[in-house]
Amino acid sequence: MYIFKLAFRNILGAGLRTWLNVVALSFSFVAIIFLQGIYTGMNDQVEQATIDAFYGGGQFWEKSYDPYDPLTLDDAHAPLPASLEDLVKSGQAAPLLIRPAAIYPEGRFRTILLKGIAPQQNVLSIPSSLLKDGEGLIPALIGTRMAKSTGLHKGDELTIQWRDAHGTFDARTVVIADIVRTSVQEIDNGQVWIPLDQLQSLSAMPGHATMVVLKRNTQPPAMLQGWEFRSLDYLLQDLHAVVRSKRIGGSILYLVLLFLAMLAIFDTQVLSIFRRKKEMGTLMALGMTRWSIIELFTLEGGLHGILAACVAALYGIPLLGYIARTGWELPGAADTVGFAIGEKLFPTYSAGLIVGTTVLVLLVTTIVSFLPTRKIAQLKPTDALRGKMS
Amino acid sequence: MAPRTHSTTPETKNSTLIRTENLDKIYPLGLNTLKALNHVNLSISKGEFLGLVGPSGSGKTTLLNIIGSLDSPTSGSAEVLGRKIESLSHNDAARLRNKHIGFIFQTYNLLPVYTVFENVEFPLLLLGIDSSLRKIRVMDALEWVGLADRADSKPAQLSGGQSQRVAIARAIVKRPELVLADEPTANLDAENSHHIMKTMQQLNKDLATTFVFATHDEKVIGYVRRKISLVDGRIEKDEKQPRR
Repeated sequence: MYIFKLAFRNILGAGLRTWLNVVALSFSFVAIIFLQGIYTGMNDQVEQATIDAFYGGGQFWEKSYDPYDPLTLDDAHAPLPASLEDLVKSGQAAPLLIRPAAIYPEGRFRTILLKGIAPQQNVLSIPSSLLKDGEGLIPALIGTRMAKSTGLHKGDELTIQWRDAHGTFDARTVVIADIVRTSVQEIDNGQVWIPLDQLQSLSAMPGHATMVVLKRNTQPPAMLQGWEFRSLDYLLQDLHAVVRSKRIGGSILYLVLLFLAMLAIFDTQVLSIFRRKKEMGTLMALGMTRWSIIELFTLEGGLHGILAACVAALYGIPLLGYIARTGWELPGAADTVGFAIGEKLFPTYSAGLIVGTTVLVLLVTTIVSFLPTRKIAQLKPTDALRGKMS
Repeated sequence: MAPRTHSTTPETKNSTLIRTENLDKIYPLGLNTLKALNHVNLSISKGEFLGLVGPSGSGKTTLLNIIGSLDSPTSGSAEVLGRKIESLSHNDAARLRNKHIGFIFQTYNLLPVYTVFENVEFPLLLLGIDSSLRKIRVMDALEWVGLADRADSKPAQLSGGQSQRVAIARAIVKRPELVLADEPTANLDAENSHHIMKTMQQLNKDLATTFVFATHDEKVIGYVRRKISLVDGRIEKDEKQPRR
């Protein structure tokens, strides 16, 4: 216990040197927690937005449908089984029909996915009610990324070409009813949304769908012939993998911050041992064993970490709390991270993250504090008293 | 103020505290060696006030370091308080210093970030003495050296003489049997040297603590009651001196 008391006296007595280290180390604490909070928040936010806009409470896929193989789309449609039909009628599910198609924006050929959605559905957050007003032309919705990449605007007319159920090519002109401001790529890039019944009719696939999206917390019907249920966990796999890969990339910065914290402590310890040799000799003369001195110096280094955690809490809690409430703006970055995130990121700080980071930084600072002190084990008291390293 | 208790009994007062037999200490010096101590045979009794005198390089500090278990002999034997220094482990040597030996250094060696009180308290912390008793003993020790009013000062705020008095208080606060002082007045003027020596003389008398000085300062030599002269690592003379 006296070692703790002595270590505390020593680091407080060192004054400015201690506080500079503590403040530098506290930056690492706050930055690491902030960064990890951003990745956790990003994960939560992207997950929520994607669930709301596209995944719902899970999806039933027509058995041929493979989102990674566009060639399956021709055959990926079937009439709804009775149990799914009932869910659709009760507003618990929304059928989607997906057809491969082509458009010619600005005179250039481009393949797209033509998706049919019922205007009255309330399962997904897509504003499908905007598809009700046709006035002759088929109304269509596109996302902001799609609008940007094709140069289309609200009110523009666009020719869409597709093949119907019999393999016959057909074409129609649609009018862009609105540009949907969304951060979810699954409903945006390379996609045009039109009313479900119109797509069914044009494709000669009355009552058919490629998938049926369930409302959140809807119990999926048992095994359905010709349809496969994809749970939320299954659907979110790819998203989680992308977030994980981003987190690994971000961990480089995490490691750099941790390394800087280690360097600050290591440097202080090396300097301390170099400058305080005579003090060590005095401590030995007064009856401290070498290992007690090693313990003392290690504890001094470790206490920097504890003080840094306290200082980090002083300014970090209000700062990170403020960012968690108001969000962190990412202008222009939303499209560059590989998946959909909003214009603002809301970091999430879990107790596990805070406790884990604190324990990790304390552990690292203690280990780094210990390493240079091993030199003391070879120190002769008489050499130390003369300020010499043995 | 006189110390409250005496740590020794009359029966032990004349017993041998330190004994060396054929003590040699050889240091490597590049490709050669330097014999710092050469067959030193010495016996010091409890309660003595003794000076090891001699020119620089005569082996005073080396002998003091071996007696203080800070160093070990190359050959021969040194027995301090019944313990053979040459066979002590690092931890045993540290325990011996912690419990029984106080040190006073030429450059005071006070811990700069501690107050006077904390510096004097340090050996008691190592001994695990509880807080209330520590406070009493530290204040007693500071009163003996006349610095009770400077308890909250930092070493940087003290003069050389005051710093050395704090070092004396730190050396005697645990009531050790033996105090070893290496050139305690070398950095002090005549007046401060006189005060320091008087203080130690008083403590030697009141506590029956054995004081061994390594010095070549004539001012100190005048105070010691036994003078051992070292030349080239050998004892040249061992003489009693009249009490001053």
